[in-house]
Amino acid sequence: MTAGTERALRVAMPWLAMAVFLVVWELACVAFDIAEIILPRPSRIFAVTLQRWDILLAFCGETLWTTVLGFLLAIAGGLVMGLAIGASPFIYSGLYPLLIAFNAIPKVAIVPILMIWVGVGATPAVVTAFAISFFPIVVNVATGLATIEPEMRDVLRSLGATRTEILTKVGIPRAMPYLFASLKVAITLAFIGSVISETVGGNRGIGFLMLSASARNDAATTFAGLFAIAVMGVLMYAVCALVEKRMTRWAFRGELVT
Amino acid sequence: MPANGPALVDLRQVSLTYRVGKEETLALADATLSIAKGEFIAVVGPSGCGKSTLMKLVTGLLPPSSGEVHVRGEKVVRPIKGVGMAFQNPTLMPWRTTRDNILLPLEIVAPHKQQFRRKRAEYAARAERLLASVGLGGFGDKYPWQLSGGMQQRSNLCRALIHEPEIMMLDEPFGALDAFTREELWGIMQLLWLERRFTAVLVTHDLREAVYLADTVYVMSRRPGRVVMTKRIDIPRPRTLETTFEPHFVDIVHALRERIHQEHA
Repeated sequence: MTAGTERALRVAMPWLAMAVFLVVWELACVAFDIAEIILPRPSRIFAVTLQRWDILLAFCGETLWTTVLGFLLAIAGGLVMGLAIGASPFIYSGLYPLLIAFNAIPKVAIVPILMIWVGVGATPAVVTAFAISFFPIVVNVATGLATIEPEMRDVLRSLGATRTEILTKVGIPRAMPYLFASLKVAITLAFIGSVISETVGGNRGIGFLMLSASARNDAATTFAGLFAIAVMGVLMYAVCALVEKRMTRWAFRGELVT
Repeated sequence: MPANGPALVDLRQVSLTYRVGKEETLALADATLSIAKGEFIAVVGPSGCGKSTLMKLVTGLLPPSSGEVHVRGEKVVRPIKGVGMAFQNPTLMPWRTTRDNILLPLEIVAPHKQQFRRKRAEYAARAERLLASVGLGGFGDKYPWQLSGGMQQRSNLCRALIHEPEIMMLDEPFGALDAFTREELWGIMQLLWLERRFTAVLVTHDLREAVYLADTVYVMSRRPGRVVMTKRIDIPRPRTLETTFEPHFVDIVHALRERIHQEHA
């Protein structure tokens, strides 16, 4: 096998794997004569997707913007909180236990409370997406700051650097790869957050679409919604991975020296 | 002789005790030594004898448990500013090019800090000259991780020197290098020192390195570290690798080795 075909094959592998998966699924449904209400065939889901393309697209757009908005808020908040926690032992000891406790709360449980406060609609979805994706960002940024080499710190201190200077010259640049690595995790969580919120108490978005379709025993549409979420999740993950590579080229040093 | 000048750094009966939980470790006991302006001293001793601790005390990174440290006649109570430091680990920032790494002290130390934006081109040229003087001319645009270990350590020395510090702290800066690179860097280090005459404290395990570079070598005892021997090195400069094979040089190294062996016995 030449290097060219090997590379082409590596690019094609995920698509091949998915194709095999769908074919096996399709054949299994036919072979075992599975009722559509239990497990619809992929071809059927595909047909429904095309048929309801407009609705799906509109509801996807709804989910996407609430997710992205919550995610962006989580980046902003997570960055500030992570820097504060990583830079100051006092803030760390004060807030970290609270953060862990907050993270331990299942986010499904806060949706009803949010609905009391802000009503049904986009806001609970944004807030849930924020709440669920906030934690990994904080932890990663704080870790990046806390793991500055002591020697590096000594070099700067003996030059007479202030705490702020140490933070801006070393801390923040050093935390960046940690931040961008956490974004890939956080964006997927943000999707989970907004879909949960839409499912528990929404009147819009893919989560709501799936819930109402399943209430009508319309399994094919429910699955179409599932696929839509997966596609959006992969796309947003890819965007985050791309941004990561762009912003922290130095952290991928091995791949650059060619 | 620089050693006869007024003392720049003065340690008086300095001790340091580390406290971890309830356990107390006396790392350094009653260290008394003074370093003249422009003197190059080396501190050698068995591992864990508080050599690095001594360095942190001189720069004020650690406050002594008892005794006093004076620099330029003033008692040290906080990290003294503008010291050049080089460790065994080059600690270059991977997100900066080698040139930008070397420029770092100028972004922090006054008065360069205030002029940094304005004089950037001038400073970059200075960094480039310094790089050339350690044999790294033209490598300024490379990232540290594109350089070999020896090249990184040369850049590290450049960073420690760019702001022309009065005091240089060298904590085993050549420790992780192969023997040939190390000996080459001794020569470079000596050359830089002869040119600029900064006051240097070198912590090392390598007795030949200490004798090659220093005016005075201090031997420390096992923990708790005490200064047990002070050896003035009267070999004329510039010293070369040939010097290291001369009987007088070998005798000095031998005497130091003997003293350290007593500590291990």
